[in-house]
Formats: sequence, structure tokens, C-alpha cells
Amino acid sequence: MSGVTCRGVTARYNGVPVLAGIDLDVAAGEWLVVVGPNGAGKTTLLRALAGVIPAGGDIMLGDRRLGEMRRREVAARVAVVPQTPVVPDGLAVFDYVMLGRTPYIPYWGMEGPSDRDRVTSVLARLDLEEYSRRPVSSLSGGERQRAVLARALAQDASILLLDEPTTALDLGHQQQVLELVDGLRHEVGLVVISALHDLTFAAQFGDRVILLVGGEVAAEGRPERVLQAEVVSQHFGATVEVVEGRDGPLVLPVRR
Amino acid sequence: MSSAALPRIQARPRIGPVVTSMAVLAAAAIGSLVLGPAGVNPWQAIVEVLDHVPGVSIDSGLSAQEAAIVWQIRVPRLVLAGLVGAALAGSGAAYQGVFRNPLADPYLLGVAAGAGLGATIAIVSGLPTSAIAPLAFAGAVLAVVAAYGLASLGGARRSGATLILSGVAVAAFFTALQTYLQQQHADTIRQVFSWILGRLGTTGWGDVRTLLPYALVSWVVLFAHRRHLDVMAVGEEEASTLGIDPARVRLIVVAGATLGAAAAVAVSGLIAFVGIIVPHIVRMATGPSHRVLLPASLAGGAAFLMVADLVARTVQSGGELPIGVVTAFVGAPFFAFILATRREVGA
Repeated sequence: MSGVTCRGVTARYNGVPVLAGIDLDVAAGEWLVVVGPNGAGKTTLLRALAGVIPAGGDIMLGDRRLGEMRRREVAARVAVVPQTPVVPDGLAVFDYVMLGRTPYIPYWGMEGPSDRDRVTSVLARLDLEEYSRRPVSSLSGGERQRAVLARALAQDASILLLDEPTTALDLGHQQQVLELVDGLRHEVGLVVISALHDLTFAAQFGDRVILLVGGEVAAEGRPERVLQAEVVSQHFGATVEVVEGRDGPLVLPVRR
Repeated sequence: MSSAALPRIQARPRIGPVVTSMAVLAAAAIGSLVLGPAGVNPWQAIVEVLDHVPGVSIDSGLSAQEAAIVWQIRVPRLVLAGLVGAALAGSGAAYQGVFRNPLADPYLLGVAAGAGLGATIAIVSGLPTSAIAPLAFAGAVLAVVAAYGLASLGGARRSGATLILSGVAVAAFFTALQTYLQQQHADTIRQVFSWILGRLGTTGWGDVRTLLPYALVSWVVLFAHRRHLDVMAVGEEEASTLGIDPARVRLIVVAGATLGAAAAVAVSGLIAFVGIIVPHIVRMATGPSHRVLLPASLAGGAAFLMVADLVARTVQSGGELPIGVVTAFVGAPFFAFILATRREVGA
């Protein structure tokens, strides 16, 4: 099974360094949560791992070096759920999820019965069957996020990158999406790497947390080790209390 | 996987809109064939065309002169109108798709300005009229190549927005040259204007033969990329995470669309509005997938220009209106009507 390994990964944005030498090892079946203040480089790290921006250093996806892979080979290993997915006007859920099959369809070809079967089963797994002919743009926030997740799942990639997957969702739907991802990674043995703003969710769902500050890893480890009140206060400029929860620490903002 | 047990969900039906657009096209073609100032019997005109179908031999009963009007004037003209309309609408749909820009049309990257300059050069230098089409074609292709070259100066893989802006710059420059030439040769101004307003050839099958190969290559290229255009609809970065190379798809689609548009413009001049309006009207009926949108736009563009040409040559007794005037005059209110009465986008 394929994990993700990074050695000295750097990236620049308009000449300004955004990632300053990131080392990472993420094993199959593991959920790594990337936290950090705005502008820390979380999204840039995910984009570098997806191969959509040029990055220095070494990124290994399983046994292959990212820089030596073709686009469709990368897409067959890494699926991305962007922070604000572009949803084409009027595109039906079925057709939207079918986009996830792109890496498996030959350049001159069209999707076949096996692709339609795969999309059908993904829609069933995510309870989206009844919406399959509805335009994605007509779905509610939670349903829409499930459709985006379904597209990523249809990619049959072993690595799932999620950039703030719960933005714009209410509390219940945030929880549902994260539980869904958690269930899927256990079913399929996915590597999950996600950026999350909510530190309590980060602690509840992540096996491991890295704290990114100014493009560098400021802390890394089990959630209870990284998400300590002093650390959060130092890097986020926030006042928090950290309470012991059943599945990891709960990070609570408190009034100063 | 357990998926085999699930009933397979079918994608949205795709054949209906294509059949509908073909029916509209057939109606427009028959209308253009049977209506005209020469007063040929409509039924006999249809029979005369059938007589030219290989393996069919029927006597239409038309006189030799009437038969020539049908087969040497009306039919080539309506076929030319169809090809030009299809080429412009197909290219427009492709440009709109690849740039994800509803304002895109086949002239976006300088095809019109380049063709205008080429045609003006041919006219003011007194070259034979047969030189106008090749020079217009060359100018159109040159303009798009220049826009591409300009866009890639700052790095090989610049975004679509950079390319559009480069097209604006190139078009402005070519238009300036064209206007200068036109002013310097005031004696030919009328001829230049008549070319710019667009017209369809009236003399036999020559223009059809010129345009057809380019149009076919263009359509094959665009149709082969219909699935890629659907993927591009989620934006370049997401498309890239789905495994396609947006810069390469854009280059190929632009090349294919430019070929068709440049060839159409070379034989017919700058016919406005077809390339931007037809894909929008079609999209409202078919939804966004290019698998339906492209073929339906080809049929719709062909039908639209056939009808516009019918209006251009019949509405005014004793003369023709410029086809470019008719497309805008008929097209703009029609488009406004569709915009005002359609259901909200997304349905």
C-alpha cells in the first residue's frame, strides 16, 4: 500500500517562499491533520502533494516519485477535495462524480460500463442515489460536499487530500463529513491528509497533527502532544482551554 | 466490489437534444431551398435536389435554367451558410468551454482582426478577389499564433486569462493596422466594408469546397475533446487533479476551433453573433455537457445562418442585406426573448 513521504519540500508563491523544507511520513490508513494560522502554507502543502504547483525537494507517492509521474498517474493515486470546488452550472451529480473516472478513461475514449458501475456504487455508498440526476448546484451544502467527496472516491486513489472540507457547513454536517471520511479511510485503507481550521475536530479525527507556521513544521505528533494551550496561544494568538475528551483533547476558545 | 448487484444509474439522456437540433436544421434547409425570389415550384426544387443524390434519378420537370438556379445557386449557398454557421457556432462553443467564459466567441483571440487585416491587404493591393480568402485565413491564424506566443512569453504555462488578454492586445494591434490601411486607400473602402459585414458566395460550389475540409478537421478535433471540455469546466487546477493537462487541452482545442473559424471567416467575412449566441441558446436546452452541446451547436449554427441568409436575400426586394446585419438584427431580439423567458439556470 502506498503512503506519502516528503523530504525537504519547498514551494514559492510569486518568488516568496511559502514552504521551507517540509518532511513528512504518512502511512496507509493514517489520517494526518495539518493545522496552522492563516497563511501558514497548509493549502500550498496540499497543492504541492497533488502536483499542481511546482515544488522543490522530494515527494514520494508510494513507490513513485511525484515529479516523474504523468498527470493521469498522479490522479489515479491522489484525489483532492478542494476548499471551494468549482461546480459547473447545470451539471448532474452523476456526471459530476463521473469526472472522477477521468484518470482511467483513455485520451480518445469515453467512459465504459465499469466506470458507470463504479460511479453507481460510490453514489450508493454516499447516499446520493436519489440526487444522481439533479444538478450539483441545486444541492444543499452538506449534499454538495458529499458529491465532491464522491467524485474524489470515484478516482479510486489511495491518497485523499482534503482542504478545509467542512468550510461552509453547519456543525452537524461538519461532523457527518468527517465521520464519512473516517469510515472510508478504514474501509479502503486510505491515506488522508487534511487541512482543518477547527482544532477540536483536528484532535478528534486526526491520528497525528502537524502544526504549520510560516511554512515550517512547528510541532508534530499525537493530537494531545501538539494541541496544548500554550502552543495554540503562541501560534494562533488565541486564548484557549484544552480539556481532556473521550477521543482526544477538546480545544475551547475562551474569552480573555 | 458489491457494485455488480446495483442497478446501474444511467447518465442524463443525450440523444434527444441532438435529434431535435437535427430536425431544426432539416427544416431550415428545406425552407432555404424552396423559398426564393426566382419563383421555382417548391416541390420541384426538392425533387431536383433528390435527383442529385447518388443512385437516385428522378425528373423534377424543371427547365434547365430553373434547375441551374436550384443546384448551382440555392443549394450551394444554403450548404455554405450551413457550413459557416456550424463552424462559427462550434468554435464558439469550444472557446466558451475551454476558457469557461460566456463572453468568448470564435473571434476572441484575434481571428476577426487578423482576417480583416489579411482581407484588407488583399483588397488594397489590388490582388485578384481569389486572393482575399487565403490572406484572410493566414491573417486569422497568424493573429491567434501571435496571441499564444505573447501569452507564453512570461512562462510556458500561463492561465487562460493571460491568453485572453494577449488576444485582446493582438486584436487591437491588427485592427489598428487594418484601419490605417483602409484609410490610406479610400477608393477601396466600400469593398473592404462589404467584406467586413460578411456575405455568402453566390457562384456555385467553389466556397463550399474551400471551406469543407477545414471545417471537417476542426469538428473532428473538437468532438474528440468533448469529454476533456467537460472536465475543464471545473477549472484548470481541479481538472489537473483529475488527470488532464489543461494547457495541452487548451492548445489543441484552440487550434481546432481557430481552424474552423478562420476558414469560415475567410470565405464569408466577419459574420457576427452566430458564434456567441448559438452555443448559449443550445446550452439552455441541452445543459452544459459538450457531448450534446457541440453537435447541437453545429446543427443550430447551421440552421441559424441558413434562416438568416434566407431573410437577407428575400426581405428586401431587388437587393440583399448584408448577412452580418441580419444575424445581429434577428439574433439579438431572439436571444433577449430566450433570456427573458427561460427558467433559471441550473434546471
